[in-house]
Amino acid sequence: MSQAANGQRADGSRSLRLSKLTKEFAAFTAVKSLDLEVPAGSFFALLGPSGCGKTTTLRMVAGLETPTSGSIHLGDLDVTYEKPYRRPVNTVFQNYALFPHLDIYENVAFGLRRRGGKEVDRQVREMLDLVELTTQARKKPPQLSGGQQQRVALARALINRPDVLLLDEPLGALDLKLRRSMQLEIKRIQTEVGLTFVHVTHDQEEAMTMADTIAVMNAGVIEQMGSPDELYENPRTTFVANFLGQSNLIAGTIVGRDGDVVKVDMEGTVVSIPAERAHADAGKGWVGIRPEKVLIAPAGEPINAPGNHMTGGVVTDVSFVGVSTQYLVRMPWGQELMVFEQNTGHRAMLAPGTHVDVSWRPEFAFLLDASQDVNAGIEEA
Amino acid sequence: MTGLGRLRLWVGDHLIMLLGLLVLVYMFVPIAVVVMMSFNDNSKSRNVYKFQSFTWDNWTNPCKPSGMCHDVVVSIEIGLLATVAATILGTLAAFAMVRHQFVGRSVANLVVFLPMATPEIVMGSSLLSLFVVAPIVPLGFWTIFIAHVMFCISFVIVTVKARLSGLDQNLEQAAMDLYATESQTFWRVTFPLVLPGILAAALLSFSLSFDDFIITNLNAGQTVTFPMFVWGSAQRGVPMQVNVVGTVMFLVSIAIVLGGELNSRRRARALAS
Repeated sequence: MSQAANGQRADGSRSLRLSKLTKEFAAFTAVKSLDLEVPAGSFFALLGPSGCGKTTTLRMVAGLETPTSGSIHLGDLDVTYEKPYRRPVNTVFQNYALFPHLDIYENVAFGLRRRGGKEVDRQVREMLDLVELTTQARKKPPQLSGGQQQRVALARALINRPDVLLLDEPLGALDLKLRRSMQLEIKRIQTEVGLTFVHVTHDQEEAMTMADTIAVMNAGVIEQMGSPDELYENPRTTFVANFLGQSNLIAGTIVGRDGDVVKVDMEGTVVSIPAERAHADAGKGWVGIRPEKVLIAPAGEPINAPGNHMTGGVVTDVSFVGVSTQYLVRMPWGQELMVFEQNTGHRAMLAPGTHVDVSWRPEFAFLLDASQDVNAGIEEA
Repeated sequence: MTGLGRLRLWVGDHLIMLLGLLVLVYMFVPIAVVVMMSFNDNSKSRNVYKFQSFTWDNWTNPCKPSGMCHDVVVSIEIGLLATVAATILGTLAAFAMVRHQFVGRSVANLVVFLPMATPEIVMGSSLLSLFVVAPIVPLGFWTIFIAHVMFCISFVIVTVKARLSGLDQNLEQAAMDLYATESQTFWRVTFPLVLPGILAAALLSFSLSFDDFIITNLNAGQTVTFPMFVWGSAQRGVPMQVNVVGTVMFLVSIAIVLGGELNSRRRARALAS
């Protein structure tokens, strides 16, 4: 059988395929007819606010939740209704769920022992080595720090070399600094072992740091899927635009398509948006631009960017955050735009009340359908 | 500062400690009397409520009062059997009540407390009428056993339930995720983690059973347990050996409590290292 046909790679890991997966609880639908394909060996992130259905999806893959309908395939293996202990999938739980009565060594060996594996000792030692916990082998879980417990949870799942490793908000309980280093650590381990990782998180930075592919989930459906830069630079919905980073969304009326661009009348200024970044083609639309793509200068001074130039802004708020300065600029039509200026030191900070012009390159803007809630995803981020 | 003011300040600072000591004295005086009386030589006097002179005799001849040791053995037998039966049944019930949704679960939760809340004399007499009206077994050893199992179950359920509801269900899911079947998950994860609760429940059951007088006395028939022996002999004068049994029981429970405490301290020390 060819590689492509059964979705299994030479190293044994398989792709994960969800088709029309649905989970209904008594009062609501947690996951609505989800279709998803995670290629073997990839680091995949399911990103969304709490209650969006991402953890339910993960639990269905692990076998801890039974789907209402749809199917789950690992390669060509249908595991939709398989018991959790009969599917080649392991989970790193949110609160680690380490067995408190067993020491670190036995926690890591648990899966191998259940399957009657050979050379348990050698494999456990190798795995403890990989997560740098060899010296802690005989301690009990509560004696370890949060970061160490996290690594035990990872080792305990990885040692079984599952087709798919599921990570359920694995870094949620760690402080910011430790979380950053664990993100890189997990990424390193994933590259080293080459298994398929599916990572559930509500932290967009975490998802972007770690994953090759991100699926943004909202209210039980996937809003958009793609590489981190694709999602960030060219969001398709207001939810993705607001949930992944921040966006200025300005109301406009679509004039029409002109060659490779779509022209939009935005508060009296006609702006051009590349056709591949325009996700609406008639009527009203939201013109989106990321705050760091907006350039700012005192009124009348030239801005070093050919593009959509807008005058008549007034700085209403300034916050200095070190690497950049974040301005709020009130535009003539009353909307406040966010502008992030990198702290290159070429000009002093602009004081509140300063009259300014703003500008951005048209190729950085995107156009979204106006039927969506402009504030979708802001609260949750 | 005057001497009186100083005294007041000192009393104010140490009031809680003083009160605490008084409470401890209050609690331990009766036990101290029992221990002391176990060394009392009353062979030359009929007054059993006065310390005459020191002797080791009560300790070297604990079974001197006729029938007492036999009755202690009966109490221990009933206690052990009732403990085993109540612990098994109660643990199963606790699992059902914590882990399964069933019709009448909240009612069951409430009903479990009833035997604990019912006055013993009421329960004892109604059990007696039950055993008389429906004589499944003649009054005696086995009716005491049935009665003891009945009132111990409530305590077991409450104790095991508390332990079980504090158990992180993620642990069982993690075990299943790591290829443990349902029964492997139970024996390797759930049971070891609930075991301390089950042991506590068993200890509680044994002391409740060993100690019980009212229900036992009503349903005993010709059988005599240790509390009944003490009650019966109290009219003529309690033999000093009863104090020996009392002291031994006290020492055993102290040993168990200390053992548990040392064990948890050892664990806490291991945690700190």
